[in-house]
Amino acid sequence: MQLNKVDVVNVQGGGSSAGIKSVETGTANIGMSSRELTPDEQGLTVIPIAIDGIALILHPSNPLQNLSLAQIRDIYTGKIKNWDSVGGPNWQIHLVTREEGSGTRSAFSDLVMSGSQIYPGAIVQDSNGAVRQVIAGDKAAIGYISLGLVDNEVKALNIDGITPSKDTILNHDYKFWRRFLFLVKGQETPPEKQFIDFVLSSDGQALLSREGLVPISAVSGGTSSP
Amino acid sequence: MIDFKEKSTELALLFLALSSIASLALITIFIIAEGVPVISKVGIINFLFGTEWAPSLGKYGILPMIVGSISVTLVALVIAVPTALCCAIFLVELSPRFLASIVRPAIQVLAGIPSVVYGFWGLIFIVPFIRNYLGGPGFSILAGSIILAIMTLPTIISIAEDALRALPPSYKEGSLALGTTQWQTIVSLQIPAARSGITAAIVLGMGRAIGETMAVIMVLGNAVALPKSILDPARTLTTNIGIEMGYASGEHQQALFATGIVLLIIIMILNSIAQYAARRR
Repeated sequence: MQLNKVDVVNVQGGGSSAGIKSVETGTANIGMSSRELTPDEQGLTVIPIAIDGIALILHPSNPLQNLSLAQIRDIYTGKIKNWDSVGGPNWQIHLVTREEGSGTRSAFSDLVMSGSQIYPGAIVQDSNGAVRQVIAGDKAAIGYISLGLVDNEVKALNIDGITPSKDTILNHDYKFWRRFLFLVKGQETPPEKQFIDFVLSSDGQALLSREGLVPISAVSGGTSSP
Repeated sequence: MIDFKEKSTELALLFLALSSIASLALITIFIIAEGVPVISKVGIINFLFGTEWAPSLGKYGILPMIVGSISVTLVALVIAVPTALCCAIFLVELSPRFLASIVRPAIQVLAGIPSVVYGFWGLIFIVPFIRNYLGGPGFSILAGSIILAIMTLPTIISIAEDALRALPPSYKEGSLALGTTQWQTIVSLQIPAARSGITAAIVLGMGRAIGETMAVIMVLGNAVALPKSILDPARTLTTNIGIEMGYASGEHQQALFATGIVLLIIIMILNSIAQYAARRR
């Protein structure tokens, strides 16, 4: 805003599909999505702008620090139902997941579940913030949210001994992340290009980094889908 | 000239009246046109009685949501109907005038509170209460039902109150003259006589409960599984649309419209029952 005082950018929320649809129908100049395009959504230009880690979160009073990928998968398929099966206290596990179609959920399914279905009895919340709020209030709950949104009300879990952080994503140790996309239809108009160039510039990427995201420029291979 | 004025006013009013019906028709046609392709692709039986909802795998079964809607509504009615009936009887027959002048506006306020406020209150107070004292994750049919019960109270109370008030005074006078007590008059004469109005009140309250979305999204847990107890999380037809709308596209979005068709049919049936009940004497 200090750098570009003249231009006005109107931002509207509504989820990834709303972002994709609004650029398809021409309602918006630039669409934003936290999920990759489906086969019937092709024909848009995809511009990755940042990488977002996905963290598994627990209530701070849950003594567990680390779980293996296999344990997490067994928890989310409903095979493991009590924290004592993975070395925790004798509490019934309360699973929290995101709704079908969510970018975070589809990334979680691909990266963690690898084809297995999430237990249908899991609590479904429709935003990262709502998931975090449930976990913050329930000592027996587990959920997953954007790494950038983890705060001190919840605790991020190490997976296979690796702490989720920008550094571990950058050195390819932490594998659970997805891309944030800008979408344009056809050729970019000059104002669109100006905005996209700003977001991809070092100033723009620094802003994203301050919000807890990993700049796309920093990741080798980040421009191809995970 | 006067004739022209009269005719044009008549036409303008007719046009306005028709436009409200036209918007209803447009919405209905749109929902049906969007939703029917998915139902015919999956098959009506698989759609209505399938227990698996996984749009990413092309599975569209809404039985858990139908069961969710029915159970949340029934538990809400179990809580709301006795409370509301007692309240209506109290207001009509027993309440001192000054008390009624406090209670009645208070109930109207209850009707005016936005549903998201009810949901937020439930999320902050009812959900942790259930988790700490009754067990389970707290997000549950019971939490949703308590919220819905409070939300349906004003509807049921005011319509039941009107029905009781509409009874001819001669009924009550005759009954009391025969030597019955006030209690006997209320239970064996006034409630049965106002039966049709009370039924309409309950059915309209039911419609309100089935249609409510925002408040229940926040406290119900929205799990897509057949609930085993009222302490389990569940998902209703409305919350299925509300929670997945933001990210749905293509066939998934059509399936949400198809959920809307089922909801529309249920509410139309409930409304016709209410009208039928209200007309019957």
